[in-house]
Amino acid sequence: MTWSEVFELLGTGLQETAWMVGVATLLTAIGGLLIGVLLVLTDKGGLLAAPPVNAVLGLIVNVGRSLPFIILLVAIIPFTRAVVGTTIGTDAAIVPLTVGAIPFFARIVEAALREVPADVVAASVAMGATRRQIVGKVLLREALPALIAGLTITVIALVGYSAMAGTVGGGGLGDLAIRYGYQRFETEVMIATVVALVVFVQLVQMVGDVLVRRLSHR
Amino acid sequence: MIEISGLRKTYRSRKRSVVAVDDVDLSVGEGEVYGVLGRSGAGKSTLLRCVNMLERPDAGTVSVGGVELTGLRRKQLRVARHGIGMIHQHFALLSSRTVAGNVAFALEVTGVPRGERRARVAELLELVGLGDRADAYPSQLSGGQKQRVGIARALAARPKVLLSDEATSALDPETTESILRLLLDLNRRLGLTILLITHEMTVVKRICTSAAVMRDGRFVESGRVADLLRGDSELARDLFPIDAPVSVPGATVLDVTVSGEDADRPLLAELARRFDVDVRILGGHVETLAATRAGRWRIALPDDSGEAADFLRKTGARVEVAS
Repeated sequence: MTWSEVFELLGTGLQETAWMVGVATLLTAIGGLLIGVLLVLTDKGGLLAAPPVNAVLGLIVNVGRSLPFIILLVAIIPFTRAVVGTTIGTDAAIVPLTVGAIPFFARIVEAALREVPADVVAASVAMGATRRQIVGKVLLREALPALIAGLTITVIALVGYSAMAGTVGGGGLGDLAIRYGYQRFETEVMIATVVALVVFVQLVQMVGDVLVRRLSHR
Repeated sequence: MIEISGLRKTYRSRKRSVVAVDDVDLSVGEGEVYGVLGRSGAGKSTLLRCVNMLERPDAGTVSVGGVELTGLRRKQLRVARHGIGMIHQHFALLSSRTVAGNVAFALEVTGVPRGERRARVAELLELVGLGDRADAYPSQLSGGQKQRVGIARALAARPKVLLSDEATSALDPETTESILRLLLDLNRRLGLTILLITHEMTVVKRICTSAAVMRDGRFVESGRVADLLRGDSELARDLFPIDAPVSVPGATVLDVTVSGEDADRPLLAELARRFDVDVRILGGHVETLAATRAGRWRIALPDDSGEAADFLRKTGARVEVAS
């Protein structure tokens, strides 16, 4: 295989990975934020204290967190088919990626929001802020640097997950590494994939770090 | 301005319950600076948090500016809270916002239209002496400056009442002094009623017109500082602690507490001249308090000078045999 062929494969793989990870990140950010915020609000002493809701939510998140991704991938095939109509291809891979990453990110969101000092929240309540204002302008805004740092970790985890999704026909760099690098002994492809992944992860981390530094005023 | 009666708050955990506030009555008049003094764990913080319903009392009523807060629905309570400013021991500022942004937050919460915020923020920062630090972040400020931001923020909605939760406890003595001066100034210029809790005597000395001593959830004593000093009060002893011997051979040792005009009367000189006795001052202070001048001495009089002690009593000073 010539280098130009390798690069062509690599380009497609990168594009697929970027698409899978990108869309999954977007959906995970929305879902994870929602669940993370609810976990904090419904907790004992929270602004919407509802211990039973909190317990159920916590249980669901824990179940999601305890399944190894490769098993989740297979286990939710019927769900994936119901959502996108197929279980093969990058679009189909986005479903398990998102389902797997949401509980992960939700816990990160929860931890980040708990870092906002209690007296800052109490001060906002004392000022007469609405719950919506407290969530939006105090909790999420104050935790933003931690949320961005957490999202960076999640994106990188998703890159790893996406390689596994590749093995069941999801496409992307993982798929490339397995099919060409492993099964066909195309060492060049393997090396190129690894380099591409390292660069990709490095870039994500760098962007995350810069954003965190810019936003943090602690 | 603040009327509290029969207030009770109990914290329950699985194993035991702790009565944090136990049947407290409190009345703070308009324009008063009222200090609740107590050690940590005395229940004063819970008491303060009950005033703006950060904690729901188990029993009793709280009314601020004539509005009974215990019966309000959430939305009404939110509106009522706009009229009650609060400042905190650790300032509780938003680290993600600048000084101006922190003050603006209070205006956003109270629904001041965007266009009016900028001018009001500038005005508030000017009021607390931080006009030049509007664009700084809290992490770039000193403790005293942070508390000034806290004060500006608390005053954003033009409240009649300010609650102060150990506002100077995290500050050094000089900064404490400057914050107390600011609070006193706001009290006088804006007619702001202040209810504060503290464990620092200095705070009561410097700015409080009335005070209460709190222990184990109850008020041990309360009233106007000037009146408390005249009676047999813990506050007098705590405000003016005397570290001096309580017995001197051949002499009677007396603790004399004076307040108001008496504090500046040459009382001991008069005593010495009239009765021809040698008065020894073992220890003491004379100080300017917020509401009054006051002093307390421990003196030794020769054993046969009963008349002299009677004279002191007649002047209106409080005289106790030291023990």
